[in-house]
Amino acid sequence: VLGSNLDRPLYGRGPSAGLRFTVCTLLSIVLMYFDAHGHLTQRLRYALQGAAYPIQIAVSSPGLAWQWLTQSFVTRAELRSENAQLRSQMRDLQLAAMREQALERENAELRGLHASLPPLIKHWQLAEIIGVETDPLRQRIIIDKGADAGVTANQAVVDGNGVLGQVARVGPWSSEVILVTDPSHEIPVEVTRNNLRSIAVGNGGELLLPYLAANSDVRDDDLLVSSGLGGVYPAGLPVARIVGIRRDTGPQAGQIRAQPLGSVTRDREVILLQFESQNPDAPTAAPPLAPDTRATGSARPQSGTTGASTTHPAHATGTTSHAPASASAPGAAQSNTPGNTAAGHPAPSIPAPPP
Amino acid sequence: MSSRNPRLMIFFTALVALALTLVPLPYWFAVLRPAFLVLVVLYWSTMVPRGGGMLLGFGSGLTLDVFEGSLLGAHALALSLVTYLAIRLHLLVRAKPLFEQSLFVFAALMVYESMLWVIDGWSGYPLSTPTRWLHTLTGGLIWPLVVGVLGRFYSSH
Repeated sequence: VLGSNLDRPLYGRGPSAGLRFTVCTLLSIVLMYFDAHGHLTQRLRYALQGAAYPIQIAVSSPGLAWQWLTQSFVTRAELRSENAQLRSQMRDLQLAAMREQALERENAELRGLHASLPPLIKHWQLAEIIGVETDPLRQRIIIDKGADAGVTANQAVVDGNGVLGQVARVGPWSSEVILVTDPSHEIPVEVTRNNLRSIAVGNGGELLLPYLAANSDVRDDDLLVSSGLGGVYPAGLPVARIVGIRRDTGPQAGQIRAQPLGSVTRDREVILLQFESQNPDAPTAAPPLAPDTRATGSARPQSGTTGASTTHPAHATGTTSHAPASASAPGAAQSNTPGNTAAGHPAPSIPAPPP
Repeated sequence: MSSRNPRLMIFFTALVALALTLVPLPYWFAVLRPAFLVLVVLYWSTMVPRGGGMLLGFGSGLTLDVFEGSLLGAHALALSLVTYLAIRLHLLVRAKPLFEQSLFVFAALMVYESMLWVIDGWSGYPLSTPTRWLHTLTGGLIWPLVVGVLGRFYSSH
């Protein structure tokens, strides 16, 4: 029946192509409007993401099959050498962990706490990458854990080397992760060498520090860690390493580039993190001392008039999502002197010491 | 293959094209990767305009929106526009030699990418790189191959 219909002339039966096109256009515009402004399409998205899951699995299956095949035909000698390597790595990590416990106790004492702090990471789970999108404008990955595995939006995603990104959209069995290198992603960072704070913006493959002046104190190979502002990433996670500073004149003068430490090409597995809100290094998504910190936050401009160097960076932490903007102000970012390094790890439970 | 039920064929080839669009590739391959699904939609819209119709374009666009995580309706609108052009001009395009068809496909892909670019800008995502336009070139170049491969699934005689 279909075949005979298809051979008939195009015009003169059913709604015209023009009418259909108009309907499609209107439908698209309505969808775009609701997707951008409303939450009506949230459920639709969720359902569509569920429907997309089998196809994503099917597309990634050749890669997975190849990986399985190569892994199951590894020789005994290779396994032994890998085993030995992992053993030595584990010994290194054990030693580091031993030292870390002592450091943590010392840290708690310095902060005036008599009980040691709860561990920062409350819960972690492994997820596998089933889709990668790395064109210059969209740096996303799809992972095989979704709402049924307890994944929530804005969860931090890391690999063994550093921060990868955060969960952007959650589906029933899969989630979309936006990488730190996505041009629409910004992560508040801190240079470990001198606690200089800024915001790293994705550039499709690497990171840029557009809010730092070209004469600010950064060098090649400086390590950037998350500063704990912004409410998504906890303080102190390694993010990137500075790889290039353009100090010449020209269209890209003053550009500071950084290479992210986490990578989605090395490994197919990523780690989803959940943080202990009692730990002071945890992201300050819901500030427990909202009225107090807001008060100190509003006091900032006044103290700024007396002298930029007296501005305490810790005051900026209370303003969660707006904090990156204030921290990126040249005055605030460059007023970090070695003297107030303790402010780099703000403790919400303790009022910041007066300068 | 027979032309007994082109709709099944259309669905099947579109699915394969979607898979090709989604397969992870190294950076430069990904940048140069033609928009396979758009090419397949263009082919069926010019060769069998009744087979898929506007629904093929709109549906494929919506599917791309879901898989690429873009604004729901962005690809749908761009692909609907291209499908409409292809259906309207199918008699004109079909009769031309492959080289001229390639030029038409290149133009259609430019329209498609421009539409997406405009929507990106309107929706507050004004970032753009020149590399986003590269796939229109490779798409035009690969068109004879698309015709050759899809022609095996469908013959008008």
